Amino acid sequence: MADTLTSTFVSAPVSLWRRGINSLVTCAAAGSVILVLLPLVAVFGYLVYKGIGSINFAFLTQIPKPPGEAGGGMANAIAGSALILFLGSLAGVPIGIGAGIYLAEYGRNRFGNVIRFTADVLNGVPSIIVGVVAYGLVVLAQGNFSAVAGGVALAIMMIPTIARTTEEMLVLVPNAVREAAYGLGVSRWRTTLSITLRTATSGVITGVMLAFARVAGETAPLLFTTLGNTYWNWKINQPTAALPLQIFTYAISPYDEWHKQAWAGALILIILIVASVSAVRLVASRGMLKGAN
Amino acid sequence: MGEGIKVEKLNAWFGKTQALYDITMEASANHATAIIGPSGCGKSTFVRCLNRMHETVPDARATGTVRIGDLSVYNGTAAVQIRRRIGMVFQKPNPFPTMSIYDNVAAGLKLNGFNDRKRLAEIVERSLKLSALWDEVKDQMHKKSGASLSGGQQQRLCIARALAVEPEVLLMDEPCSALDPISTGKIEELIFQLKERFTIVIVTHNMQQASRVAEFTGFFLLGKLIEFDKTEKIFTNPSDKRTEDYITGRFG
Amino acid sequence: MPGPQSVINKEVAVSRKADAGLLANAGNSQFADRVFSLAMLCCALCVLALVGLIIYELASKSSLSWRASGIKFFFQSDWDPVNEHFGALPFIFGTIVSSILALVLAVPLAVGVAVFITEMCPRWLRGALAFTTELLAAIPSVIYGLWAIFVLVPLLREYVEPWLAHYFGWTADFTHKLGFQGPFEGPPYGIGMLAAAIILAIMVVPIVSSITREVMTAVSQQQREAVLALGATRWEMIRTGVLRNARAGIFGGIILGLGRALGETMAVTMVIGNRPEIAASLFAPGYTMASVIANEFNEAPGDAYRSALIEIGLALFIVTIIVNILAQFLVWTVTRGTPARANG
Repeated sequence: MADTLTSTFVSAPVSLWRRGINSLVTCAAAGSVILVLLPLVAVFGYLVYKGIGSINFAFLTQIPKPPGEAGGGMANAIAGSALILFLGSLAGVPIGIGAGIYLAEYGRNRFGNVIRFTADVLNGVPSIIVGVVAYGLVVLAQGNFSAVAGGVALAIMMIPTIARTTEEMLVLVPNAVREAAYGLGVSRWRTTLSITLRTATSGVITGVMLAFARVAGETAPLLFTTLGNTYWNWKINQPTAALPLQIFTYAISPYDEWHKQAWAGALILIILIVASVSAVRLVASRGMLKGAN
Repeated sequence: MGEGIKVEKLNAWFGKTQALYDITMEASANHATAIIGPSGCGKSTFVRCLNRMHETVPDARATGTVRIGDLSVYNGTAAVQIRRRIGMVFQKPNPFPTMSIYDNVAAGLKLNGFNDRKRLAEIVERSLKLSALWDEVKDQMHKKSGASLSGGQQQRLCIARALAVEPEVLLMDEPCSALDPISTGKIEELIFQLKERFTIVIVTHNMQQASRVAEFTGFFLLGKLIEFDKTEKIFTNPSDKRTEDYITGRFG
Repeated sequence: MPGPQSVINKEVAVSRKADAGLLANAGNSQFADRVFSLAMLCCALCVLALVGLIIYELASKSSLSWRASGIKFFFQSDWDPVNEHFGALPFIFGTIVSSILALVLAVPLAVGVAVFITEMCPRWLRGALAFTTELLAAIPSVIYGLWAIFVLVPLLREYVEPWLAHYFGWTADFTHKLGFQGPFEGPPYGIGMLAAAIILAIMVVPIVSSITREVMTAVSQQQREAVLALGATRWEMIRTGVLRNARAGIFGGIILGLGRALGETMAVTMVIGNRPEIAASLFAPGYTMASVIANEFNEAPGDAYRSALIEIGLALFIVTIIVNILAQFLVWTVTRGTPARANG
């Protein structure tokens, strides 16, 4: 390789042609940055522009009105999303963290690699497929759509994500900290929970919040599990409204009033997600320095 | 009173590589025994075998007999129980980063299920006094984190933490190698006082430290115990030529 | 004042008497250790179980359709649920075409962004740019769809598609000779394959870009310096010193982006037109595997219908798994360790 390089570079002193290409490429790269930022600005811009007008107290506290009638809100959808997320996290968070602990503390071997690989592959399964599976597991068994089914779908998506981020954080804890605990005669399980996990706490929480931010915006897995609801519902075995579902239903409807509310709902959703992603970044940059030193 | 440690034919491996060959020696109760030797001679491995910390490395194993008093360290007793009687201080100070000074010292007791608050406070105070740290931290020990102390103070904190569990033996793996000379001096003074009540085994690559602090010294080379005797004899009139070469600086 | 030694002696004597065997009752916790490691193992096994569960559910619920139509299912193009004729070819076509088109649009942009951020960007801008591309990845699919319906589609319908038809309509002359529509032929609905490809491209850029950045950063500084020392311009250094070495990883990132595009549901469903037909024009409506499941699953009245949809789901699952495995492997060869990151 050195020969061809030498002949290209040495025999032709930096010619106008080569410098021209260099500048062109720099422009192209900068241009692509602008082209990529454009939709980002456009999406956020429109969300604010179209959505801000419809967000008011009524929107945040009322349930939908029938099509054609003005007013109403997405309060039940926001609450429903929270309920489904909560249900999903009941299984998703402990199992995910447990799997992460296994990978970090007991899984530095071939079997652990199999689990690690499977988790990464699971992260790439389309969310609509997860919805179909949760439908088969829960909706068919129960006989109706429910928040629990939605929770199961979200849990299936949370587990591999949380497992890998938890592992990443635990591995960052220096071994000297574990050894200090072992040297005091502390048992392995106690060390893992009270020392290792405790040291990595802020990082682990970060990972969980990131998983929440990701699944909270998912619509596809909820389509055939929780179905949606135009009323308040706190019974976990009944269909429940969810914010992304509501946005979808309103967006594809023919009613202008609903379109406006779809924008408003989308704005709320994106604010919540951006807030948690930013908070996570802040915590991560400070928390890791605190814990891993 | 501390207890003595008797070691008989101790062998240790990392996977297929043998690190220690047939070590036999005794660390006398209430005395300090120094372990010296060039890098890679197995000093740390040896000491870590005494309280079964060697096992925490995957693929590591050891055979032979180690006794503390009447109790056999291998064969029968659980490692955690051994480690409560044989404590350890590591080369680089490692206080628990998310805990306060108080919690650090109390950690060994709390994590082992000891919860009596009043007595915990007494024990923490006593341990900090024993490691000559009490006066420096007594006002702040609930608020300041263990990691916010200086290097020398952190190491004394780790000593206090190890002492709080009331071991009979204290193993020290090059405790001063990461510290400045003043802190080193303070810790050597500490060892001098502690050995009246505990049995100390200290690994050091600093021969002057060995002669300052320990009554007995063992010289290790390539995983074998070459010579073990009173410190005075090792440094003034060693029996083995290899020992002599090491202490006169011909290698290592 | 008593000397330090006697203080210590007194302290220790007291401690020995009162607290002899402080931790005598602490036990050996071997049982607890074993229970704990077993519990953690179970959690880890859940990960494996989930994959098994998914495969089982998809396979069992689609067996009805499989037994009815066999492999022909994937090669027939009539989707006629009323008469129980199920041909999945239109969806396969729609999925593949929309994804490939999206990659064609996204990859140059994503690599350009990655190159700019890693090699050309002033240091103070780097964090901000990286954060904004991350933000693009965080926007949920349904919000992209919402924006696409009300902003992108009218834009295509009013301006872009007529412009394309005007300036590139001549391509139809060639394709007619081959027997099918031109790529810019047909009424400019706005909604259709082009819209789906564009919105997919926007969603795929962050993934390809962040993987590309990661593998480019993994190339050692020495490689760059070696090329620069031979007198290369910055672009030549990037081309030969960085991109060439990171090739496998970048390719892996592209494949990962493909995986994401194949499975993307909501945004595509909202703008692709949902017509189960194979057409050569970018302006024509289409249908993807994920979209048909999303749209028709709940309304599907009959076991045969549902089973056919689930069979499509199984095919989609298998394809995305294979694509993702390939991608992970390629990325791993450059970074020497699977990045713990959620693709989504």
